Amino acid sequence: MMNRLINILTSLQLTVVCLVFSLVLVFIGTVAQVDEGLYQAQARYFKSWYIWGITLSNHKFPIPLPGGYLIGAVLLVNLLAAHAKRFHFSWKKAGILMIHFGIILLLLGQLLTDVLSQETQMRMAKGEMKNYAEDSHTSELVLITAAKDNADEDEVVSIPESMLRKGAEITHANLPFTLRVNKYWRNSSISSKPREGAEDAGATHGPGQGVNILSQPPVTAMDEVNLPSAVIEVAGGKDSLGSWLVSSQSSVKQTFEHGGKKWQIAMRFSRQYLPFSLTLLELRHDIYKGTEIPRNFSSRVQLFNPSTKEQRETLIYMNNPLRYGGSTFYQYQMTNEEMAQQAGVSPSSTLQIVRNPGWVTPYLACLIVGLGLLYQFGGHLIQFLRKRIS
Amino acid sequence: MATEQKTKSWPRWLPWLIVGVFALELALALRPVRSKGEIDIAGFGRLPVLLNGRVQPLDSVARNALLQIRGNTDVPLEGTAADGQWGDLAKFRATKAGSFSERKWYQFGLRPKKLKPTEWLMEVLMRPELSDERFVFLIHHPELLAQLNFEKLGLEKSGLRYFTFRDLQPQLKLIEDAGRTVAAIKPEVRTPYQKAVMQLGNALQIYLRLKISLQPNSLRPDGKDFGAELADLRAAIPAGLESIRKQQAGEPYDKEAFARLLALAEPYSVMADRGYLLMIPPTDLEKARDEWGKMGVSLLDSIRSGKLHPAASAYAAMSSAYTKADGAAFTAALKDQQSWFAEHLNQEVSKATKEHYFNHYQPFLRSQIIYLLALVLACLSWLNLSQWMNRSAFYLVLLALAAHTSGIIFRMYIEGRPPVTNLYSSAIFVGWGSVVLGAVLERIYRNGIGSVTASAIGFITLIIASHLAVAGDTMEMMRAVLDTNFWLATHVVVITLGYAATFLAGFLALVYVLRGVLTRSLDAATASSLARMVYGIVCFATLFSFVGTILGGIWADQSWGRFWGWDPKENGALLIVIWNATILHARWGGMIKDRGLMNMALIGNIVTAFSWFGVNMLGIGLHSYGFMDAAFKWLAIFTGSQLLLIAIGLIPIRLWGSSATLDKASPTIGKPVA
Repeated sequence: MMNRLINILTSLQLTVVCLVFSLVLVFIGTVAQVDEGLYQAQARYFKSWYIWGITLSNHKFPIPLPGGYLIGAVLLVNLLAAHAKRFHFSWKKAGILMIHFGIILLLLGQLLTDVLSQETQMRMAKGEMKNYAEDSHTSELVLITAAKDNADEDEVVSIPESMLRKGAEITHANLPFTLRVNKYWRNSSISSKPREGAEDAGATHGPGQGVNILSQPPVTAMDEVNLPSAVIEVAGGKDSLGSWLVSSQSSVKQTFEHGGKKWQIAMRFSRQYLPFSLTLLELRHDIYKGTEIPRNFSSRVQLFNPSTKEQRETLIYMNNPLRYGGSTFYQYQMTNEEMAQQAGVSPSSTLQIVRNPGWVTPYLACLIVGLGLLYQFGGHLIQFLRKRIS
Repeated sequence: MATEQKTKSWPRWLPWLIVGVFALELALALRPVRSKGEIDIAGFGRLPVLLNGRVQPLDSVARNALLQIRGNTDVPLEGTAADGQWGDLAKFRATKAGSFSERKWYQFGLRPKKLKPTEWLMEVLMRPELSDERFVFLIHHPELLAQLNFEKLGLEKSGLRYFTFRDLQPQLKLIEDAGRTVAAIKPEVRTPYQKAVMQLGNALQIYLRLKISLQPNSLRPDGKDFGAELADLRAAIPAGLESIRKQQAGEPYDKEAFARLLALAEPYSVMADRGYLLMIPPTDLEKARDEWGKMGVSLLDSIRSGKLHPAASAYAAMSSAYTKADGAAFTAALKDQQSWFAEHLNQEVSKATKEHYFNHYQPFLRSQIIYLLALVLACLSWLNLSQWMNRSAFYLVLLALAAHTSGIIFRMYIEGRPPVTNLYSSAIFVGWGSVVLGAVLERIYRNGIGSVTASAIGFITLIIASHLAVAGDTMEMMRAVLDTNFWLATHVVVITLGYAATFLAGFLALVYVLRGVLTRSLDAATASSLARMVYGIVCFATLFSFVGTILGGIWADQSWGRFWGWDPKENGALLIVIWNATILHARWGGMIKDRGLMNMALIGNIVTAFSWFGVNMLGIGLHSYGFMDAAFKWLAIFTGSQLLLIAIGLIPIRLWGSSATLDKASPTIGKPVA
């Protein structure tokens, strides 16, 4: 029984079956993107253990399929088992070993990326300096006051969005008051103009009074953004100081006083502070003369690291990211002068910031597999030609 | 070898003679282009203009515009009327009713006069009243033809119908309205009728905008000579400007001078707004080399400054001379233009001249024809096992490959780019890669199989390329993310070679199945050499598609911040890698023998076609710059044909035509590993 299992696990038949399944999976997962969208298809077909029901050109078929994780795992086991059972080093097989080692490295590297990589963004207007990145997929409720010993610095209490529930009471060691969540919307749009289906937010203080709010279905796609809102009541002891409407949609400053101190309350996209800062010096969005074809997007930024006193200028453009401090900064989006004028905002450039400890694995894997293939098949070819000549 | 025993004596020089004739033809095509008539058409065609963001000769403008309007680049001037009379089409239009037809395939004796692309463009730019009478607008959708009441009109050729601008003129409103309705519909879901409407609208746009690129004749009811008009303009400027100044200051002014200048200037603002070509080079080249302007803008500027751009006045003089058919005056004006350009725009003139030369050399069309002949000869050599045909076919493949290669190198030289920059050039390069590999196989095995597959793939991919060229400029500028010669030279080239190798393996399999089932010619030796070839090529394909795919991932990591995003184009490349790996593992595991290898290689054709074209038709993803939809039908036909071949390949061997000789064959390569 055990022998049979080992035979199956180490067999080339299993390899071929897995490869055929992966071919089918990749094909279906690609065509399904038309109906399901890239991100859902990716999650459902490739980043899953099994799939129940597939979509092909607007038709659903109740067919079960192994998911990307399952096929990948079985292939990995198959590969490791086969090499473990049959392993004996010979120069003739060195190429095969390299190829398979490279593939294992590639798969593990991608798993590492899946688990560990973080994507955030930094949007800067021209001339603006920033030392933090924003994650537009999550928001945080923040309370800000001047620091005790230094009036130039701020003390920030950040409450993750996951703690916000209707009726929740939030206390924090650094907060001399309690926060009560009166209302909370995962995704919303706020407006001062009356709209159908919108409700009055019901804030008693701040510019959020009289503003109406429309609840929106939460979005899950990677390129769409939830804009959460909440009505937060601040209670010092038994007395209520009033309630404020906060929303990721708005950057209006709202302040109140408590115990002689000024506090600012806001909802914003979660921030991750960097140990250095970037200043956007110049942004360019060139098109080819007489066409709409984009020729170049670039941001000239100044990098300043207070701890090392490093200060330099660098140009970030398509295919030329900045790698610094374990993160990579890519040119992502751009609102050029013309577009900014039309939309009534200031020109800005958005950088995508990726922190991926496994970024180097594909480079290594590619090299190893490439050399392995070249060695193996090149060897075949030379052998063949030699035979042919003799 | 069996073939050598049956060889009859044949003159050794015969293959050299055949290839020599074609080599001579090719060499003659390399001569510099000269104009025959009084008007120096080639000289005009070499003049540089800026269009699509790049400097190009007027000849390229003409070719690309005609491809988009007519679908091909020659405009016939003669044809047959409904009563069967052969003659000048423009004259027939004035006297005869009904539809006309181009030369039919059996009318060997007739050599119809045709307008070359630049000649046609000269008419459009300078004598639009003539070009309005040319049959250039292709309309082939029956519903659209019916809507326009055009079923019994126009110029017919092989079921396609072409119409003149005069034919279309009464219907412009209808076409515009229909176009507006269709424009609101997403391109992916448009019906063939709706696409035809958009295509016609687009063709009309190009035509109308070209007509007012050089001079405003078609905008003036009294359309007079452009050179004379500019003289009037020069005379009217001082008094006119003075009257405008006074009018704006609220002083009494010369109303007549005011009105005269405005009347002259009015069409120029239409030209400035709607003109198609940027014909007037920048005056300050140091500042910005690409700041070319439209003729209309330059004329309006000259009213303000009182100075006419030398390029504008030279074009005006050419236009006058052309209208009067005054060859000497035209040559003089053209010389003026050329010497001014040569003095100020050396780089641009040189680039335009090279591209003009390339347009006339037409290396891909020439190699396509030679591939076809090589294919025929190589197939015939199997039927009567004739060695001279086999040899000739191989030499012809090499000759066509030389032309093909020279074309690719010429394009790279003009563009300053690696060989593959868009779908069009990928087709050319896939063909090139397959032909090189096929020629190597032929050199090793000398059994005609390499020649057949090489010439077949070379011919087919060049046909595909010529159809892709109809979409417009094939040397268009690269958008920001693609503007990197390093990745274009590595990832794109390697992955395209992967496509080429996979297709070659598939075509070798096709030869195996067709020869095995339909003929008695597939003996054991040939079958086993085919199996070796397919196996070797699949190894090669695995190497290139794998390395190419990973390089693509690394490029994505460099530009978007992620190595792999399951984007359709990435998945397509992955499918090829997976399939090639599957074939190899199945072979090593002893799960397939020769025939299984062939059937799997045929599936490789489908996988590669899907990866190359199919994913672009999905119309989604970050790689959507390669989008195209017209080829869906062909992709379906190709897939169907491959499935049919696989079905044929699955017929039991004892029913194959070559069953008697094949029985002795045994798998010879890729033995089980354990």
